[in-house]
Amino acid sequence: METILLYGIAALALFFSLIKDKQKTKTALKKAWKAFEGILPQFINVLFFVATVLAIVDTATISRVLGSGSGFLGIIGASLIGAITLIPGFVAFPAAAALLHNGAGATQVAAFVSSLMMVGVVTLPMEIKYFGKRVAILRNVLAWLFSILAAFFVGWVVML
Amino acid sequence: MNKSFKRYLSTIVISLAFIAFIVFFPAWRDKAVTSIFFQTKTMLLVIPPIFILLGLFDVWIPREKMTRYMGTGSGFKGTGLAFLLGSFAAGPLYGAFPFAAVLMKKGASFTNILIFIGAWSTTKIPMLLFEMAALGKRFALSRLAIDIVGIIIIAGAIKLAVPKKEMTRLYDQAEQID
Repeated sequence: METILLYGIAALALFFSLIKDKQKTKTALKKAWKAFEGILPQFINVLFFVATVLAIVDTATISRVLGSGSGFLGIIGASLIGAITLIPGFVAFPAAAALLHNGAGATQVAAFVSSLMMVGVVTLPMEIKYFGKRVAILRNVLAWLFSILAAFFVGWVVML
Repeated sequence: MNKSFKRYLSTIVISLAFIAFIVFFPAWRDKAVTSIFFQTKTMLLVIPPIFILLGLFDVWIPREKMTRYMGTGSGFKGTGLAFLLGSFAAGPLYGAFPFAAVLMKKGASFTNILIFIGAWSTTKIPMLLFEMAALGKRFALSRLAIDIVGIIIIAGAIKLAVPKKEMTRLYDQAEQID
């Protein structure tokens, strides 16, 4: 659904660009290809990282950690799992919802969702390529710490 | 050594490591193979439109405009725009990084770049609607609210913590993007 929207916008933009200036559009497409080729090695590396992590940490593992791990340790565990996995929202949200219905704490689920979105350990090679080690690592560490804080807030609001 | 060989050296090493992984841990083999096909499919599907938009953006948006709207002196307007750009994006976070580099090249301020990345990761509107349906309004909206605060705090903290020299280096590097 999201992807269709994305394609629609890109097609529309491309269409108008073509009407306005053919040469510029050509340059744009060349730039697009160059930008893609520039990051391709890191892209492929990320693919391998993600596949390895998701083979070891599968949905069953995630359910186990989020479902059983209550309390603060459960929150830490949930946020760590969120940090190292890369799962699209349309897979993660229904899974998280199922966990909530089966009695997992909202705080743990929120820690997972928040760190899943904000922290990307497996995509670090790409982030470092553009932002350097310092910024990339700092951003991920801060985002991870914050995801724990956010989890408490969401847990508290849901309990209200 | 050949230049492109050097660029792909890490990829070659990592792919060999991956092959070793599936050979030595057969228990994880099926899942790893399924997963790599699924991830590759997702990437191939999502990447073309993102990079086409990125190229068009680079060609059509003049630098002065970008600097005016999202540069250092752009204030709240710049922050708001960074949030909007990120929130209307689609696709996984790795799509945000090359886009952010183009924004940098065009003169957007570092804080706004960080806000853009934060927004892309957590406040995307299509995802939010989906999250509300799956996890409930209370859960999704409170998570959104606190994460918006978090994005701003994290952007500010990184801006303060990263030395000027490193920031100049990153901007110079973004400038090199052709």
